Parts: sequence; C-alpha cells; structure tokens
Amino acid sequence: MREVHVSDITREIKEMVISCNYVLADDIKDGLATGVESEDDKLAKSLLSQIIENSEIAAREQMPICQDTGMAVIFVELGRKVAIVGGGLEEAINEGVRQGYKEGYLRKSVVQDPLNRENTKDNTPAILHVELTEGEQVKLTVAPKGFGSENMSTLKMLKPADGKEGVIDFVLDSVEKAGGNPCPPIVVGIGLGGTMEKAALLAKKAAVRPINQPSVNQFYQQLEEELLTKINELGIGPQGFGGKTTAIGVNIEYYPTHIAGLPVAVNINCHATRHATKTI
Amino acid sequence: MNITELTTPLKEEVTSKLKAGDLVEITGTIYSARDAAHKRFVESLQKGEKLPFDIKGQVIYYVGPCPAKPGQIIGSAGPTTSGRMDKYTPQLLECGLKAMIGKGQRNQKVIDSIVANKGVYFSAVGGAAALIAKRIKKSEIIAYDDLGAEGVRKMEVEKLPLIVAVDSNGNDFYKQGKNNYLLK
Repeated sequence: MREVHVSDITREIKEMVISCNYVLADDIKDGLATGVESEDDKLAKSLLSQIIENSEIAAREQMPICQDTGMAVIFVELGRKVAIVGGGLEEAINEGVRQGYKEGYLRKSVVQDPLNRENTKDNTPAILHVELTEGEQVKLTVAPKGFGSENMSTLKMLKPADGKEGVIDFVLDSVEKAGGNPCPPIVVGIGLGGTMEKAALLAKKAAVRPINQPSVNQFYQQLEEELLTKINELGIGPQGFGGKTTAIGVNIEYYPTHIAGLPVAVNINCHATRHATKTI
Repeated sequence: MNITELTTPLKEEVTSKLKAGDLVEITGTIYSARDAAHKRFVESLQKGEKLPFDIKGQVIYYVGPCPAKPGQIIGSAGPTTSGRMDKYTPQLLECGLKAMIGKGQRNQKVIDSIVANKGVYFSAVGGAAALIAKRIKKSEIIAYDDLGAEGVRKMEVEKLPLIVAVDSNGNDFYKQGKNNYLLK
C-alpha cells in the first residue's frame, strides 16, 4: 500500500479551488477565442471580447473570474492500493475548501439548510464524489459550480421510444429555456442512461471534461457535434442577446440503463466553466 | 456602437428615452441587493417600516461580491440572475426604484411594472466580475451586515458598462436581440 497523507490532499484542494477561480482553463479560453473570431454580430463580438478581457484581468490581478465562486464539486479517483493516513478523506477535502475560500478571498455561498438558509461562512461542505480505481494514485478534480447556470440544469426520464431525437429535443428545449440566464456562451454536460441520480452525476462529469476532448465513442462524438451545431442555431448568443455563440462545448457521458428507461440530465455551465485536476 | 452616459439618481425624462439594446455607462451611487435583502425590503414595507435607503430614483444592482483583498475596494462583482428577484421588484418600482442591474430575463409582471413606473432594466455582462470590480470606486455596507455577501452596499461606480435589456415601453432585448439575429 502507498500512503498518502491527508495534509497533501488538503493542500492540493486549497490550491486548486483558488487557481481555477482566478485562471480560466486553456480549453475554455480556446473556445472563447474561437467564438469571438466566428461571431459576425457586432454586439455579440463585443460581449465575447469583454468576457475574454475579464478573464485576463482576473488572471493578472489574481482575483475571481466571477463573483459566484461556486459550491465546490470534487471528484476523487482513489486507487485501491492507497492508504489515506493522518485523518479522513472527506474532512481533508472540506479543510482544503475551507482554507482555499478563505485565503483566496472567494465568496462563501453555501447555506447550511436549503429552507432555513444560514450561511456556513466557509463554503463547506463540498459536494464529494469518490470512485475506487486501480493503482496507487489519488486523482483530484475540482469544479467550483456557480448557481446562475446550475439553476438552469434539467433532468427528464424519457421513454426508450423517444430515442436520439427525444434527447436532442430535450437538450435544445433546456438550453432555449435557460436563455441568457446561465451567462452564455455555455458548456453543456449531458448524462445519458443509468438511473435518475446516475444520469445527473454523468452530466456533471461530462461538464467537467475539457471541451477539446470529445467522447471516445464515435456515435456519441457525432451526437456532441450535432448538438453543438443545433444549440448554436438557436440564436441565443453571448449573454442571450443574439448571436451564433450560444455554446462553446457539448460533452456527453453515458452508462447502461434499464430496458424501460432513457434518463437524460443536462448540466449547464457558464462561460467561466472552471475545472482543475491533479494527481498525487 | 454609441454609448449613452448616465448619472444617478435617474430621472424619468432620462429613463423614458432609453431603448432596448442601447449601450450605456452609469456613473454615481448605486445600491447592491440580492435575494435575502429583497425579502427583508418587502417585509419592512409590509410592517410599514422604512427601507435602509431612500429608494426614489435609485438603481439597485443584483450582486453578491467576493470579499475584498487587503487594499482592494471590492472583490469580483458581476451581476447575479435577476429572475430570482422578480417576486419583489414590482413593489420596489412602485416605491420609486428607477432601475435594476442584473442579468437574464424578467417575467411579464416585472416588465409591466417597468412600463407603469417608467423604469428601466439594465443587463451587465454576466461573469465579467473582475472587469466590473474595476469600475467600482467606493463600497460600504449600509444594512443587513449579517447577510454577508448579501448585505446592502452603497457603491460609487464610474462608467459601469451596461445594456438596456427592458426599456420603459416594455421592449425586451432578450427577445429582440435573438429575433434580430435569427432574421438576418
């Protein structure tokens, strides 16, 4: 067994929550740059330029790209040959979030209880997803999620007969209804199959995958491209004021499902789709 | 693209001339308030109490900024989704509020109230929080300190870049902009 101390996990999480809130990932930067080149509407072009300028100011001045520094979503791939020592994994992660949000001057947006709504003041707890993998490494992915876009996410249990067309219609309907609210251009994560909760988790995983990494399955890769084209034909455009750049990426993750079902989850992300990954 | 310069507080002669899709830059005092603050505003009005500031002719910015680093006036401060304030907005417009700054569509009740009160709804660029923070020259919490990021701030802004999203005639640029693009 390889030993990994919890303090290393806390440190990495802390650094990543800060860095990905300050500096936009390269895949997203490239997507925005492509958008500004392809846009022929004057206002759309100017809005995209402001978004790019904003990310440059944020990186240069080490301040958050967006004031909604999100609820911290953390994916952990934990090797079977790793022993976590010095404490518990979950607490180590929450401690990283706590330190990162405080030291990085990030906004604390988490309330203790959805109805009584008292702020926890340190942005914990994180939303934690742990998966056991082979080997002796710990892979940590941090994806702080703002709720302007999270609130626009949808889930529907389609019928098998609805098929690919049903999925396309539901995704387009979700993006159309979201309109300007999620700060387009957006990144769309789609989860297909599994059960209700599995589809939602797949959609989140899809949203975290870099937009320059298409699905390895050719059928789903084509569906990603088809959906991106159709979403950009909706005309919503940057900020919802019209244009061709409604989305800069569509990622799909899928999983086996039941003979009677076709769960579809659509996780919508803003132009500041933040993600960072490190392996210990 | 022409940019109209505006100074707060806003007068009806000024707001009634703005058209959906116009670019403006606002200079002067504005007040921050989002979900929890709006809830308290409306509760205060129901109890017959005063609001924490005189709302006549004023502008509310839907924002919950990041904490300021030492030496900074304010942290990143982009707009939040306005639709969540729809429930409270008509009542505030009736009390004299002249303009709101946020992002995203408003419902028909808000649009009707904007028309009835000759107000205006501006959109800031969602997510452009670092850029916007540079246009905020002063910021102090004047009410509801216990709400943290949601407290009410009095802010001085200089040339805050905005788009007229709903004008005083009820024209909605979230519909118009998209339709104009699709008709091209």
